[in-house]
Amino acid sequence: MEAEQDLLERCDLWACIQCGKCTGGCPVSFKTTLNIRRLVYQVLLDGQLSPEGMEELWDCTTCGTCVLRCPKEVEPSELIIGLRTILVDGGVIPPTIRDALTSVFRYGNPSLMPPDERADWAEGLEVKNIAEGAETLYFVGCIPSYDDRAQRIAKALVKVFQKANVDFGILGVDEKCCCNEVRRVGEEGLFEYMVEEQQELFSTHHVKHIVTTSPHCYNTFKNEYPGLDVKVQHYTQFVAELIEQGRLPFTGELEQVVTYHDPCFLGKQNGIFDEPRSIIQSIPGVDFREMDRIRDRSLCCEGGGGRMWCEGTNPEERLATSRFEEVLSVGADVLAVACPFCLLTFELAAKAGGYDEKVQVLDITELLARVI
Amino acid sequence: MAPKVGVYVCHCGINIAHTVDVEAVAKAAAALPDVAIARDYIYMCSDPGQQLIQDDIRELGLDRVVVASCSPRMHELTFRRAIQEAGLNPYYLQIANIREQCSWVHTDRHSATEKAKGLVTAAVSRACLLRPLEERHAQVTPAALVVGGGIAGLQAALDIADAGYATYVVEKEAAVGGHMAHLARTFPTLESVPALLSEVAERVESHPNIEVLTESRVVDVDGFIGNFRVQVEKSSGDSDKPATTELAVGAIVVATGFDNFDATLKPEYGYRIYDQVITAPEMEKLLVESETSDSANPLAEGQTRDVVFIQCVGSRDRNGGNPYCSRVCCMYTAKQAYLVRERLPDARITVFYMDVRAFGKGFEQFYDRVREERVLYRRGNPSEIYRRGDRLVVRAEDTLLGDPIEVEADLVVLATGLVPRRDANVIATLLKLSRSEDGFFMELHPKLGPVDTTTDGVFLAGCCQSPKDITDTIAQAKAAASSALIPLSLGNVRVESVTCSVDPLLCSGCGLCAEACVYGALNLDQRRGVMSANQVLCKGCGACSTACPSGAIILNHFTPDQILAEVEGAI
Repeated sequence: MEAEQDLLERCDLWACIQCGKCTGGCPVSFKTTLNIRRLVYQVLLDGQLSPEGMEELWDCTTCGTCVLRCPKEVEPSELIIGLRTILVDGGVIPPTIRDALTSVFRYGNPSLMPPDERADWAEGLEVKNIAEGAETLYFVGCIPSYDDRAQRIAKALVKVFQKANVDFGILGVDEKCCCNEVRRVGEEGLFEYMVEEQQELFSTHHVKHIVTTSPHCYNTFKNEYPGLDVKVQHYTQFVAELIEQGRLPFTGELEQVVTYHDPCFLGKQNGIFDEPRSIIQSIPGVDFREMDRIRDRSLCCEGGGGRMWCEGTNPEERLATSRFEEVLSVGADVLAVACPFCLLTFELAAKAGGYDEKVQVLDITELLARVI
Repeated sequence: MAPKVGVYVCHCGINIAHTVDVEAVAKAAAALPDVAIARDYIYMCSDPGQQLIQDDIRELGLDRVVVASCSPRMHELTFRRAIQEAGLNPYYLQIANIREQCSWVHTDRHSATEKAKGLVTAAVSRACLLRPLEERHAQVTPAALVVGGGIAGLQAALDIADAGYATYVVEKEAAVGGHMAHLARTFPTLESVPALLSEVAERVESHPNIEVLTESRVVDVDGFIGNFRVQVEKSSGDSDKPATTELAVGAIVVATGFDNFDATLKPEYGYRIYDQVITAPEMEKLLVESETSDSANPLAEGQTRDVVFIQCVGSRDRNGGNPYCSRVCCMYTAKQAYLVRERLPDARITVFYMDVRAFGKGFEQFYDRVREERVLYRRGNPSEIYRRGDRLVVRAEDTLLGDPIEVEADLVVLATGLVPRRDANVIATLLKLSRSEDGFFMELHPKLGPVDTTTDGVFLAGCCQSPKDITDTIAQAKAAASSALIPLSLGNVRVESVTCSVDPLLCSGCGLCAEACVYGALNLDQRRGVMSANQVLCKGCGACSTACPSGAIILNHFTPDQILAEVEGAI
């Protein structure tokens, strides 16, 4: 059982004192049987754990709250990823996730979309290819490249870049999935393979600066691509700089009450709390209001860790739905997000819960596009 | 005149003799140049062993002694004293360590014996070049300084003053008492803290030997054990110029205390976001205030239904907190829960804990008593607090149930730990104190020197050394006072004879030696442009002489010719 022994050592589970802070903070622990503290204990007791039949392993959104809270610097979510790896290696995984992984391997995206249509969204926007040379690579990401709704984020961001005279290019049809989610569903082999391809692509084009749409791409580039010697920024960081430097003049106003939801991969996992807020607050006319559960205490939307392709064991109770009660309680008519996954999960929840008439879900880029 | 060396090879029972052929070593030593006599004996450190050496000194006129035995840490002083009694300068002794560095670490008798011979040859060779050093003493100013007027400082001051010595207490605040002045009751005996504290404080204030300097801080320290000169600055309200006083003292007790952990560093608990989330020190304040009835106090009856205590906030926490246990939180929380129960007989009181550490006298019994008062202990480290309507929700896992839970609360008390004072570095720099990894002042030895420091004449008391409760603080304060009284009552102190000296012809005044010296013994002589070595502060460690690029610093007793002779003897 060498693989499981590795798991115990790799996640440094011996440091665990079973305090339960991980499970206590886990956003899905209330709605499913997933108890990460207990899983850690089982691995500690036996040195191994067979994940077969543990449907609840797919409930984890890898939001990172357990890692953020753990007083002993254990990384409980890495245990879940490790257990998923065992399932992936054994081929026992939810079919929707299997399809997404196959699609990433074959087409470079998880959505079974043709690779040559990857840059169709940019048609007519006069966006150059990075091959022509540019200071900044705009890494669009899979969902904003293909999803009708999410494409609007990419288009809005292009408008922001162009207004601010940013010298940027995209990889076009050569862009491939960053594989942040691939690693999190446990497909380590595919992750490593794709990372190598992506790194080659970056070095071919002498990329020195990457700006991503998605906090998920940002996270994996920044923290998990070995030896990637490139400045990586999420767009909220980059755009906040542009605004501060006075490079993005506002021409309109937005008379709306806006609140903001922290994406887990941006906030809890990478500590980027202030930049998105400073962008929203700089928009003329906006009445910005904070919800109760923000920043370190933000609530996960349940879109990460493979959950975009897997409903989990309790699809009836959605955290995204409960979030709208909070949005309404502060009187906001716009729920601003800074992540394509958050955007899609909240839009879906808004429609399902009938909140879409009162609250609009918009990415911060879309707010910006309206006032420049 | 050639030296006359006596060599004494110890068997140490069988400790050395089992592995080393001690007779062969003595025989080989006898053949070395300048060796007048070489003997072996079963226990050189015993009285007859020492007598043997003393007799030889007197009868044969030996002027150097080499003892081949255990580590010099063990018996160097013993043998120095022995040869001194026989009329030799104590620094004419050289130890060859053939136990720890030979017999204990080797098994082969032949090679161990050869190595022991080599060690003895090296020692003889060095011994021939040893020069006499003077035993030096310094007068002691019969007064003490206590830095900090919390309970640790007050108790230390009282003990030193009671022994008859003048004592100064320097306190930065307007009144003495420190953190203790803000506490309601003690654990586990529930005594009134204000009553206890005022008893001590009044004794201090009225003591003829104690002078309390409030609103004052130590700004400079000069000198050494027995003869410290301390500059104390008193902040003088409106006037721009603070008044500075110089105090002359023989010993210093550092009792500067601690800070409370900043609970905003654990943002998951919503401290400073929710008014109903308070820290334990704030709870103490509420408890004190509630003794004088006030309907706005959440501890007034009918105000609060649910009180939740959260243990280990910032303690045992490598992630934004402190890795150590703060030692007092388990019991002060139990005490606070008990006092809350007295005030709110119908409230639901929950304590979230990871482990309950009730290790002190009467602690476990008190913990039992608190639970009997319907205080519910739930095992789990809460992960988040958020709002639900006008109440708070504490989210945790009850790890005994294995279930995630939500507990609604009107008042949440965070059991914040103790941390080193923010300005601890100021006093550490002034007194050359080391700090442990956790930031508290470091004692000389965790077991054998718990109140001493690397600076002679400076002692530690209370929470500046590590978190502790009032009982332990007072015990440590009494220990520090008793240690400080040793030089004061002796009236003079021995100072290190092995010191460095600077050759002014070679020194360029670059100051590298001063950087290397942790005792602050080297200073630039402004007038001559060369370094000078304070012979009282110097501990003879030799760091300066290795740092000196021009070979201008000689460490007496470890001079280059002595060391080279030892090396040559060894090879």
